[in-house]
Amino acid sequence: MNYLLRGIGVLAAVGTISLLAFSLPSGEAHGDGGGDTLPRLTHKAWQQECASCHIAYAPAFLPKASWRRVMGGLGQHFGEDASLDPATQADILRFLEINAADAGTSRIGRKVMQRMDAQDAPLRITESRWFVRKHDEVPRAAWSRKSVGSAANCAACHRQAEQGVFDDDSVRIPK
Amino acid sequence: MIKRLFCSGLAALGMVAVASAADTPASLMAHYAQAAGVPLASLSAARGAALYRAEHPGRNAQTVSCASCHTADPKQPGRSRVGKRIEPLAPAANPGRFTDAAKVEKWFRRNCGDVLQRECSAREKGDFIAWLSQVQ
Repeated sequence: MNYLLRGIGVLAAVGTISLLAFSLPSGEAHGDGGGDTLPRLTHKAWQQECASCHIAYAPAFLPKASWRRVMGGLGQHFGEDASLDPATQADILRFLEINAADAGTSRIGRKVMQRMDAQDAPLRITESRWFVRKHDEVPRAAWSRKSVGSAANCAACHRQAEQGVFDDDSVRIPK
Repeated sequence: MIKRLFCSGLAALGMVAVASAADTPASLMAHYAQAAGVPLASLSAARGAALYRAEHPGRNAQTVSCASCHTADPKQPGRSRVGKRIEPLAPAANPGRFTDAAKVEKWFRRNCGDVLQRECSAREKGDFIAWLSQVQ
């Protein structure tokens, strides 16, 4: 049993290392596929409320200060009323803060923070330097295709976005 | 083991059914008619349909209506502004609709504000459900 487990461990390690090795030559900024899977988080109100209109954006995409701004302005949420009752709003904000980019709980969060000034608190994930850099190979026209809708629609190209999977291999840009 | 899983699954389904059986389109219509101080029978599916289709001034010099996101046919899935699927509004296509009073109130509050730039009256809400619940 122990040997079996150890064998699986060795295989997994070899697999990971070879994946890393093959993805490195494509450049560090884009080639970190494999690590772009977000921590699996479950929070009922976050998933139910935030995912009504868009995917439940991962807390690790923005710092705490951003989430405070977003959750403090839900009455005018990018032109739409997304207001919540105060208890649900506070509950979701707590969850977002605990898992935010600057909470130190995720790899993606650390990458986002590496490219953000300490006083920055963008309202849009798409405004962060990390996001812009990550998407600099996407042709401009692709963003406005009807099949995509807007840059807020992660799942248009990241087909497994709702499962927190954002690695390069799972990307298909629709026509 | 499988049997036990199956049984607990059934039990969970039963609990969900009980939890959401509290409200129905009919009970919500009765509630809104009462709040509006009108008889239930005076709610109008025709007025509800007109409310659904009425175009109002929106953003970027475009008009907006309920149908903008929910589509002209409420049995079809809609699309939010950022492209996410919205499950159909008509109970005929989506039996979960109008079975949770708090959820219904939340969306009337948000969407009447966004589309009509005002709150909807209790009678309008009753008309709206009257129409959608008879869409077949």
